[in-house]
Amino acid sequence: MRPLPLAAALALLAATSAAGLLIGAADLPAGAVLTAMLDRLPFVELHSGLSAIERNVLFELRLPRVLMAALVGGMLAMAGAGYQGVFRNPLADPYLLGAAAGAGVGATLVIVVTPGDPTYTVPLAAFAGALGGVLLAYALGSMAGSGGGSGAAVLVLAGVAVSSFLAAVQTFVQQARTDELQQIYAWILGGVGSADWRQLAMVAPYALVSTVVLLLHGRLLDVLAVGDEEASSLGLSATRVRLVVLVTASLATACAVAVSGLIGFVGIVVPHVVRRLAGGSYRIVLPLSLLGGAAFLGLADLAARSVVAPGELPLGVVTAFVGGPFFVAVLRATRRQVDP
Amino acid sequence: MTLAAGCGSGGGEGGGDAAGGGAVTVQAANGAVTIPATPKRIVSLSPTHTETLFAIGAGSQVVAVDEYSDHPANAPKTKLSGFKPNAEAIIGHKPDLVVLSDDMNGIVKALEKVKVPVLLEPSAAKLDDAYDEIMDLGTATGHAEQARKLTDDMRARIQRTVAASSKGKGLTYYHELDNQLHTVTSSTFIGQVYGLFGLQNIADKAEKASGGYPQLSREFLVKSDPDLVFLADTKCCAQNAAAVAARPGWQNLTAVKKDGVIELDDDLASRWGPRLPEFVQAIGDAVQKAPAAQ
Repeated sequence: MRPLPLAAALALLAATSAAGLLIGAADLPAGAVLTAMLDRLPFVELHSGLSAIERNVLFELRLPRVLMAALVGGMLAMAGAGYQGVFRNPLADPYLLGAAAGAGVGATLVIVVTPGDPTYTVPLAAFAGALGGVLLAYALGSMAGSGGGSGAAVLVLAGVAVSSFLAAVQTFVQQARTDELQQIYAWILGGVGSADWRQLAMVAPYALVSTVVLLLHGRLLDVLAVGDEEASSLGLSATRVRLVVLVTASLATACAVAVSGLIGFVGIVVPHVVRRLAGGSYRIVLPLSLLGGAAFLGLADLAARSVVAPGELPLGVVTAFVGGPFFVAVLRATRRQVDP
Repeated sequence: MTLAAGCGSGGGEGGGDAAGGGAVTVQAANGAVTIPATPKRIVSLSPTHTETLFAIGAGSQVVAVDEYSDHPANAPKTKLSGFKPNAEAIIGHKPDLVVLSDDMNGIVKALEKVKVPVLLEPSAAKLDDAYDEIMDLGTATGHAEQARKLTDDMRARIQRTVAASSKGKGLTYYHELDNQLHTVTSSTFIGQVYGLFGLQNIADKAEKASGGYPQLSREFLVKSDPDLVFLADTKCCAQNAAAVAARPGWQNLTAVKKDGVIELDDDLASRWGPRLPEFVQAIGDAVQKAPAAQ
């Protein structure tokens, strides 16, 4: 692996995280934030001069939020790169296979059904819904495509069908319960504004597992990119690699969606920038997407919470602002490459 | 009863002080609306207006109200929706007057096409709007006198509450609409009610960028450390003082430590109708109890 792009991505992530910690609606003095952070290290005794409330703002609100933005962005971008490898399609992203729509249905149902505070039940339901959506798409895809060899294309179509169906289910439930419309709407627009340590602890193990598995599959995706026949001539089961990457990328998506709601375009924008800058090998695209996605969403969240501070913009709106036009540009560029 | 109903259509006294029969014209948000005769079949698609109709003695004329009109308990609740109004379903109740607060899906036009008088009385922007709307409903339903009494009584009760609480303590407050920290600024109707007590809204700094109903940043809210937190999401989102105290970073807030978290009735805090004095009273009690800001 080439060390230069990796170092650059790490530096970028460090810079955006630092900016995320220093800037915020609460207006904490930068020096005090730094000392307070250092104070948390073992054997360090510094006095930051922050009040109890300001320390709460820093350690219970801002720090988990910065970490959550990085985690969600990293997961979405890495999953996007994984899907693109599986389908050999530069437009594949975590939202293609019914993961996001499934998560949406799960979250909506819980918001409507649960009488109490849904802060912690929504992530679990979204998680189950995301996996359910992908499994449904996968089952339909394999059923429909069992005869032919074009498994990937059928799967994408099944994913689109499942997504539309689940989106309709969600709208139906929403229409029936206008009481909770505001909550559902807020969730659909996405954001990491309510991140806390408990949520982080909840999704971190799954994020770690999917990261390790996906990074280990970078080389195999490179082989797959050459072609299925070449892969099997090298003794590689293309189907098995696809399945593993697919499930793992869905797990990563579910992690992100479960805690942040729906945040589009990260999974498609980041891997593309990475490919343009550092080449198309998945051994480099996957880790760089992870770091780049983390940095991108950290920056997007910083924008979401500072542009109208002390109000907030939904994070999904910020990423769509950047992602929408970018998506069209990519569409044009890749059509020129792919079309015969 | 039968007697009253019998002469009602003839044009005499309809019952109570209902003016009975004569055509009246009311200036509503959808223009000058003429109601040819005292309505006997009113449909209300607004919880606020349902409360008002019953409070001014027009309850017996109301034949159907929307699904969220939960006060008073004997209001004829139906599946009708004010958010997704369905003209045919409304007409199915054979109304001679429809009252609503939102013109969703072009419902006003649709009803006017079939010659049903419609009063569009939107959310009040200030206290006087609320009184005006109650007067409109009184005139339209033949209960102008009761409407006058009701608004006089409301004004008096609100004034009394405000006068009884020591004003201008310089206390800051936050009014929570949902647990996503959506709130109101002083420019909204609710914000103006708090303004009567001289309370300062921490959300006003967000007014310029996000309008009257901004979503606040959690860290801004915690850093602002409001003296009073009013929860208008106790029903919708099951919030209460204990839940607020358990939120990350909230345990050291003045409002949490000094019993300044007030659990409101969501409905009282969102309707601009006859129960407004009760909402004002809840704020007044909280202001009374709160220690003065330094």
